[in-house]
Amino acid sequence: MHTSWQSEFAHALRSPGAFVPQGVISHNSEQPFRRFAVHRNNVIVGLLGALEARFPATRKIVGPDFFKAAARLFIQAHPPRSPVMMFFGDALPAFLESFEPAKDVPYLADVARLEAARTRSYHAKDARPLTEAQLRETAPAALPELSFTLHPSLEIVESPHPIVTIWMMNSGLLEPAPIAPWRGEDALVLRPKLSVEVRILLPGGKTFLRRLARGQKLQEAADAALADDPGFDLPANLAALFTGLATGMSCEPREERKI
Amino acid sequence: MRVIKLPFKAGAGFKPEHFTAICAGPQPAGFFEVHAENYMGEGGAPHAQLRFLREHYALSIHGVGLNLGSPESLDKEHLAKLKRLCDCYEPESVSEHLAWSSHEGVYFNDLLPLPYTEESLKFVISHIDEAQSVLGRRLLIENPATYLRFAQSTIPEAEFLAALARATGCGLLLDVNNVFVSARNHAASANAYLDSFPLDLAGEIHLAGHFATQDSGGAPLCIDAHGSPVVEDVLALLKCVISRTGPLPTLIEWDNDVPEWPVLRAEVLAAQKILDEAPSVWSASAVA
Repeated sequence: MHTSWQSEFAHALRSPGAFVPQGVISHNSEQPFRRFAVHRNNVIVGLLGALEARFPATRKIVGPDFFKAAARLFIQAHPPRSPVMMFFGDALPAFLESFEPAKDVPYLADVARLEAARTRSYHAKDARPLTEAQLRETAPAALPELSFTLHPSLEIVESPHPIVTIWMMNSGLLEPAPIAPWRGEDALVLRPKLSVEVRILLPGGKTFLRRLARGQKLQEAADAALADDPGFDLPANLAALFTGLATGMSCEPREERKI
Repeated sequence: MRVIKLPFKAGAGFKPEHFTAICAGPQPAGFFEVHAENYMGEGGAPHAQLRFLREHYALSIHGVGLNLGSPESLDKEHLAKLKRLCDCYEPESVSEHLAWSSHEGVYFNDLLPLPYTEESLKFVISHIDEAQSVLGRRLLIENPATYLRFAQSTIPEAEFLAALARATGCGLLLDVNNVFVSARNHAASANAYLDSFPLDLAGEIHLAGHFATQDSGGAPLCIDAHGSPVVEDVLALLKCVISRTGPLPTLIEWDNDVPEWPVLRAEVLAAQKILDEAPSVWSASAVA
């Protein structure tokens, strides 16, 4: 099929230099630059807007001009592959990680990871969380053998930097202030109902949740978490499961999920 | 044959920032329209809001990413997502554009023009056939706002749209602002376009604001910006259309620089007033 008009149009849209594809004209011009620029502008403004809306804290950290310049390069290298724009920018954190001009902000990529996770969590499947009453009704002796289904919106973002604190300070949730001591924070991103929550994971919580997500029983997951972090507190982590993290529990083995 | 399930009233493009205001009480909107792609996530607030709209109002699902105007084959995965959305919400109307937005897997986030030739007629017909057959629904196809034209075009746009409808059984979505914008941009007459447009196939009307500027040669250039009120000239065209068709489902689109709900609501009421003053030409037979 003869599709060269479309290839030329697409090529011209993606090229930074101003040229109009062959055969694209207007009533008053054989080379309507300004008119073609309307489309070029629609594309770039729309994509920049999508990234600015998804990564507001990342943008605040580096400033709007730096963000725009980085986003333009990102769009050039990673244009969207789907008309479903809500997930456009999933690859921005990895791009920022290797983005030379941002190397003085070593936590930037992880804050972007946190923001990307928040959007995925916002759009994840609905599920009804287990309640604290359900925990109280469970015989303590049965607990070690239980496996849990975690909420579909649950994501973990780990970082050697205090990303939750930094994100909160750049989202108007916390007064900006010097952060000391500078300690890594693992973020738990979760949407129990309609609002996305960001929490700092308890010590060992990352391993505990990952093991549970893989289908391990409570006892096995707790043992692994304790081995990983001596500060792991089973009662606290168990109670946390019933604050929106878990949506099902069973004494049967269950399907594996990676978080 | 006209099969219009949307009420013959003015409606509004839904913006999530208006949700609380819309929930506060019954709104003078005959229907709400949403962009399909914004509801292709799996859950959360967008679907909770859409369920509310579905429960209380007639619903139109308007796609922007089906890429019907591309010579490439349709994205089956995207079409399947659109089908899931339609099957879930059972909208009164599903519409798309005579435009393309993806090429070789890259999505351009804009509605891009195509040459109007016998060859493009063939692939657009085949895409609409495929989409309607997968969706199990009739589509309305919208006339685009265009800034440019292709030297190789041989078929006038209104004729192209009529041919699509004849071949596929689809209906048309007449965007009156697009008619105005395109006529200005091509130094043509909006009234002449409407005279050649198959109005009997229009199942919905769109209205929106545009941005008026000039091209590099100083000629008028109107940009379909959806960021301001509908202008008087466009309302005059609406009156001209419905004096021939009778009232049609008429949507106000306001997608950029979105105002508070009362401002959009006032636009809906203004359109409704025009519909109320129109002679009832079609409605009696169409709702039967």
